[in-house]
This record gives sequence, structure tokens and C-alpha cells, in this order.
Amino acid sequence: MRIPRSRSWSSLSSIALSSLGPLLALTLLTSCGSSAGSDNGDPKTLVVATHDSWAMSKDVLADFKKQTGITVKAQPQGDAGALTNKLVLTKHSPLADGVYGIDNSFASRAVDEGVLSAYSSKALVKSADAFELEGQGADKLTPVDYSDVCVNVDDTWFAARKLPAPKSLEDLTEPAYKGLFVTPGATTSSPGLAFLLATIGAEGAGWQEYWEKLMANGAKVTAGWSDAYEVDFTAGGGKGDRPIVTSYSSSPPFTIPEGETHPTTHALLDTCFRQVEYAGVLKGSKNPEGMRKFIDFMLGREFQAALPDNMYVYPVDSSVALPKAWATFAKVAPNPVAIDADDITEHRTEWLREWRDITSQ
Amino acid sequence: MTGLRSRRHNRLGTVALAAVPLAALVTFFIYPVGGMLARGFWPDGSFAPGEVLEVLARPRVHRVLWFTLWSAAVATLVAVVAGVPVAFALHRLRFPGRDLIRALVVVPFVLPTVVVGVAFRQLIAPSGPLGALGLDGSAAAIVAALVFFNISVVVRTVGSFWEAIDRRREEAAAALGASPWQVLRTVTLPALLPGIVSAASVVFLFCATSFGVVLTMGGLRYANVETEIYLLTTQELDLSAAAALSVLQVLVITGLLGLSARVRRSAVPVDRTTRPLPRPRRAHAAVLIWTAAVVVFLMAPIASLVIASLRRGEGWGLENYRALGTTGDRNALLVPATEGLLNSLGIALVASSLALVFGSVVAFLVSRPAGGRLTGVLDGLFMLPLGVSAVTVGFGFLITLDRPPLDLRSSALLIPIAQAMVALPLVVRTVGPVLRSIEDRQRQAASSLGAGPFRVLLTVDLPVAWRSLLAAAGFAFAVSLGEFGATSFLARDDRPTLPVVIYRLIGHPGAANFGMAMAASVVLAATTAAVMFAVQRLRVGSIGAF
Repeated sequence: MRIPRSRSWSSLSSIALSSLGPLLALTLLTSCGSSAGSDNGDPKTLVVATHDSWAMSKDVLADFKKQTGITVKAQPQGDAGALTNKLVLTKHSPLADGVYGIDNSFASRAVDEGVLSAYSSKALVKSADAFELEGQGADKLTPVDYSDVCVNVDDTWFAARKLPAPKSLEDLTEPAYKGLFVTPGATTSSPGLAFLLATIGAEGAGWQEYWEKLMANGAKVTAGWSDAYEVDFTAGGGKGDRPIVTSYSSSPPFTIPEGETHPTTHALLDTCFRQVEYAGVLKGSKNPEGMRKFIDFMLGREFQAALPDNMYVYPVDSSVALPKAWATFAKVAPNPVAIDADDITEHRTEWLREWRDITSQ
Repeated sequence: MTGLRSRRHNRLGTVALAAVPLAALVTFFIYPVGGMLARGFWPDGSFAPGEVLEVLARPRVHRVLWFTLWSAAVATLVAVVAGVPVAFALHRLRFPGRDLIRALVVVPFVLPTVVVGVAFRQLIAPSGPLGALGLDGSAAAIVAALVFFNISVVVRTVGSFWEAIDRRREEAAAALGASPWQVLRTVTLPALLPGIVSAASVVFLFCATSFGVVLTMGGLRYANVETEIYLLTTQELDLSAAAALSVLQVLVITGLLGLSARVRRSAVPVDRTTRPLPRPRRAHAAVLIWTAAVVVFLMAPIASLVIASLRRGEGWGLENYRALGTTGDRNALLVPATEGLLNSLGIALVASSLALVFGSVVAFLVSRPAGGRLTGVLDGLFMLPLGVSAVTVGFGFLITLDRPPLDLRSSALLIPIAQAMVALPLVVRTVGPVLRSIEDRQRQAASSLGAGPFRVLLTVDLPVAWRSLLAAAGFAFAVSLGEFGATSFLARDDRPTLPVVIYRLIGHPGAANFGMAMAASVVLAATTAAVMFAVQRLRVGSIGAF
């Protein structure tokens, strides 16, 4: 009287299989169904891959729909670097119809890897010429907005200690400012990379030496912008202990205390690197016409005027009025540091590795 | 003759039953990871393993590997030393408020690292209440945060094991004249070892693949294999180097699992006596003080979150919580934070169901007494998702699941599936030990009395296992609520989860968004604690071990 375990076994598995099989099949079916609906070349939907900072008011996007009948679906894909690299990796079956948010430090990689198809928008105003890429990138990426990454200082802190605030990159290595500066890292943060580029542009071949002095003077490196601004900066959310921070020229208006009219911080306009953000049509896009229309729309007055309040950036169309507090307290840098986009692509990895060696153990 | 055939049938049965979860693992884990590795090994379409090997010779890679190993090992050791006495207090003693503390202890495990990073740093930054310790940006801070996240794993695993050990053996030893120390050393600890090793191996995997903690707490001065893969993939697009490190990860996991499987094999009989647990006596004072200290350590960053969530400008109030119904200051979010919570709950429901169904099948298989080596391999395979970089998996999804019949990249189901892959090993480790504790002779008896296989499952396995199934479901639910690594690669604007919402809020300027991020984190923590508390109420939480 042996117990026929083997029989019970196989029949048990067949029971389980017959119940689990349909479950998996259902899973696959429903998922295929849902993906087919969203990007099967439906001309009424436009999928745009963006960086994580994408934000736009519903009204503006509703107006685009009213004008063209197209619904925009933004899909954030990480910071500008992750966004660009995802597009490169998926160029044979693109993630989206178009892209917004590739900046000048990653533009050349996107262009060289051939992820974009050509489009030169007629809507680009003359004043925006300065933001266009040089070379073959010019007809692939259209500048939409820009921002200046600058060192910010807490005026209240310096006034309380009767210490003059620093003015330049060189000042940050002075003993008077020892242990007062915090910056997000260049390898993990897009303003952090911009600040590194500012120092490379300003110091030239001597930038490594500058960073050694900076680190010796007690500079602190954090992973992201929020760590630096919200934890370590004296005027940020966490009331930290460092009154000098890498942020944006548009940050000061956010430090206007409730009920007052002046911010408690200001940006050092001689320390800025300019980040320009571009939009483009992806090669293999299922709705290239829709993306071209959206690029035109992004250059229009309504979208341009909404940029500062939604994404803290300046419109490339200089005739568009800025919000009131910006016009006074968030001026752009008159002479920002500039590095050629091709130069950045060529040297980025090498610069980042050298930077990493200087700032880490 | 009969025996041989039956064993072969057995194996066939195992393979057949394993087919479905294996198909899911292959489709949603091995295939995507393999796709990314292939890009690294075939950089320009031709096989070039030399580049990968060259990477392994870089001095930086050696430093990174060394840091990964020692930081994870130290964190695991500290978590075990800190957690084992807590496991005793929360699982071998009975006192008022115990269930609540058990639920709270799990909260850190599911909090988003970006939030814990900020909360931790607000405590240890030079301007914070613990600034004098000088921990900010040090390796000690990284280890402390890793311990913070993982103590709950030790408490739950070891605690459930401890509860299962028959107390009468210790009582017998004591009656025979052994001192408390001798009882601990000669009876309790040897019996506990499989539980401790099981916990330690899971904690080690979590620590070795931690990402946000190392970057945030270490201020970029330290790098482990995971952060290195992130930088190489998302910033430098150096896929050969990333592939080299991913292979390294798989090797370390395989070695670790082989090691821990050897110790775990000696299972302890489960104690099914229903005597109530003892109340604390004076002899337990030291353990209770230790437990209190650990709970304070776990609650301090959470308290700092709660305080930050109630602060608005110079005053205090609930504005940050009211703001959760909005899209934040200047459209920081694409949907209101409350919708993020609803998405999270919906996704967690699907993810935990998937993890539970597939996890129970795997647990059923690995707990068969006649399984042999095959089941060990099966168990190890399903642990892999815990130890392989989320970046590799996430990018792998993008490049492999992009064409029919697997055109799933933009599918809303991909997120719950990815989360289920992370929760599945925990389900296996919770349900498996309970199933393993069932005497196979009971099934044979039922079978000989004429019960069909389904009936056996229903009348023998289920009555014992159902509580652990519920517990596993609760834990899978909580894991899904907090999952960020894989989710952040897949979440879309129209359906973000709450951790993704928090991440967006904290990255946007303005005190209002920062306050909202804190409030959303507290809501996430409270939701998790509520789920865990509900599971405790089912009076199961502790049978399993992961």
C-alpha cells in the first residue's frame, strides 16, 4: 500500500498550471492592450520624453489641445543625463515622439548618436539665435528656455556677522569663507555639473588646482540639489549652517519672507554657468507632425510666459515679460561662463573622473 | 523501481509547477538584465569581453568593491547585534503596546531613501541636534543609515524564528541546572542560527545594493557597486563597465546564497503549543532597555520628519497636509499628492497579489521534503532580484520589452510586476518555513484516506499556512508601497506612486513643496504602519522567516 505521491504530484501541478496559466496570460494580454492604445501612432496623442523637472500648468496644455486637437503626455525619464542616455539606448524603438529637456551639456551626445530627426522651427525668434547649437545640432535641437546656475549667498547670515559676502569663484577659496560653501556633486546633480563647468570655463587648465583649494577650504559636496539647499544652506528649509550654496539665479525670489518684499539671499552673477534646454523630434517618432507643432507651441508667447513660474527657467524669447519678483531679484548673468557643447561631450567623462578623484577618498 | 520513477515524476512535477513563476522571472528579470549585460559584452555588435575584464582591473573598481563589501558587512553585523535582543523582546515577551511597536519598527524599511536621507541629515548635520558627533558625510553615517533601514528585517526574521523554537527545550536545560548564559549559548543560539543567517543574508543584499543612502549620507565621497553602476549607466553610458559590475554583483549574491542555504537547511520544529508568552521579569531589564534604545534610534528620524511636516514658515500647522490635495507650489506635481497615494495603494494591491500567488507556488516547491538540490536553485533564483542593480533592471526593461509580443514598456502593469519581483523573495521566506514545518506524513495520511491532491492542500497545508500567507501579503503590500528603485524607472506622469511624488516635491524649490514632501512621507509611514498593524492583529505576523 504505497502512497502514489507521484500521481498526486503531477495532477497537482496541472491544477496549479491550469489556474496560473490564465492569470499570466491575462497579465500579458491586458498589458499589451494598454500599450497599444497609448502609442500606436495615434495622431491625437503626443508622447514627450522629458527630464524630471518638467512642470506645466494644465491650462497651457489645454490650449495646445484646443488649437491642434493633440493631447500631450509628458513622461519624465530622469535628469538630463539619464534622459539623453535612455534615448540613445532605445534609438531603434524610441520611447516617445519627441523630447524636451536635453541641455547643452548633453546635446552633442544626442545629436552624434543620431536619435533626432531634423526640424528648424519658424517660430524661433531672432533673440533666441544666441542659444542655438553650433554645427549639425542646429537643425536637430530647438532651444526653448535657459537658466543660470550660480552661487547663492544668505545675506542675513553675512549681515549678522558683519562679514562681506563673497563675490567671485576665487573668493570661495579665501580663508574668510572656510567651511561655508556647499554644492551638489557634479556626478549626481545637474546644477552640480553646471557649477563644475563654470569652474572649468573660468579657471581653464587650472581647474583641478582650483577644486583642490576649494576642498581644502572646507567645501562640502552633497548628492543632490535638495540636500545642499534644504539641509545645509542657512536660508533653506532645514536651516543649515552653510550660507553659500550652488543654486540658480532664479532662487532668490523664493526666499522673500511672508509679508515682506525683499529676498534674504542673492545670486553671485559672476559665478554662473548657462544651461540651455532643447526640444527635438525623435527619429522613428510615430507622430513627428504633432511634435513639430508642439515645438512651435513651446516657442509661442503663452508657453514661454508660463516657463518661469512652472520650471524656474527663463524663456528664450526675450520679449516675453518675466514675473515681477524675477525682473527685480532674479536677473540673469550678464556674462555667464560658456563652454562649447562639443567640448563638453568630448571631455565630460574625463572631467567627471578627475573631479571625482579630487572630491572623494 | 517505484521509488525511482516517483522521484522522476516528482522532479517533473516540480518543473511543471515552477513553470509559471519561472516564466515571470525570466520575462521580467533575467531577460531584461541579460539584455543590458549583452550591450556591455557586445559593445559594437561584436563580442568583446576584453573590455569588461579590463574594467575589473581598474583600481577604482577594487576600491568600490572593497567599500561595498565592508560597509555592507559592518552594517549587517550591527543590525544583527542591535536587532536580535529587540526580536526577543517583541516576539518572546508580552507587554502592552508590543504590537504597536512591532508595526512601527517596520516603518523605516519602506520609507523612501531620499526622505530618510534628508531626515537623517537634518539630525546629524553640524547644525542639527546630533551635529556634535561629527557624523555628517562619514562612512559611519552611511552604516548608521543602512542599519536604520534594515533592523526591521532582523527583528522580523529572527523574531519569528525565535517564537517558533519550542520553549520547553530551554526550560528543560534550566531545570537540569544550566545557568541563563549556558541556556542561551548551548540551546537558544544554536537553534536560532538558521534564522540569524537567513536575516543576515537578506540584510547584506539590501545593504550591498543600497543606492540613495550611500550617495546622500556619504556626500559622494564613497561609492559602492550600485552607485557606480548608476553613474556608469545614466551619466557615462559606459555599458561595458556597468556590465562588469553587474556580473560582480551576481557572483557575490550566488556565493552568499550558497553559504546561507547551507546553514538554513537545519530547520527547527515549529512550536505549536498555545501557551501565552511570559510577561517581562526583572531579569529582562537589560533587554528591555536595549529595545527601548533601538526603538528611539529608529523613531528619531521619523520624529524629525513629523516635526518638519508640521512646520510652515515660522509657525506650525496642518497646511502641509491640506496641501496634499493640490499639485504643489507652481505645479511641482503633475497630479495631486493624494492621487499618488491612491495609485500607490492600487499598485500595491496588484503587486502584492502577484507576489503572493507566485511566491506561494515557489514556497510550496522549495518546502517539499524530497525536493533536493533543484529546489535550492529555485529558491536562489528568486532571491536574485534583491541583489541585482535596479538601474540595470530598469534600463533592461527599456531595451528588451519594446517589441511584440512583449511590448510592455508603456504598460501600466509593468510597475506592479517589477515590485512583485522584489516582494516575491520575502513571500517565499515567510511562507516557506511554515510549509516546511508540516510533517509530510500528515499529507500521506490524508492521501491514503482518499483525499485528492487539491483536498490535501486544502485540509493539511492551508489551515497551517493561511496566517503566514496573510502576513506575507501584508509585508508584500508594504514593500510595494515603499519601492522606489525600479518604480522610478517606470512610473509615468499620469500614474506616479507616492514615493515618486515625494521625490519630485523634494527636488522642487520652495518651502511649501519641501513641507508637502515631509507631510507626504508621514502619510506614507502612517499607511505602512497601519498595514503592518492590521497584519499583527491577524495574530500571524511571526510564523514566517524571510
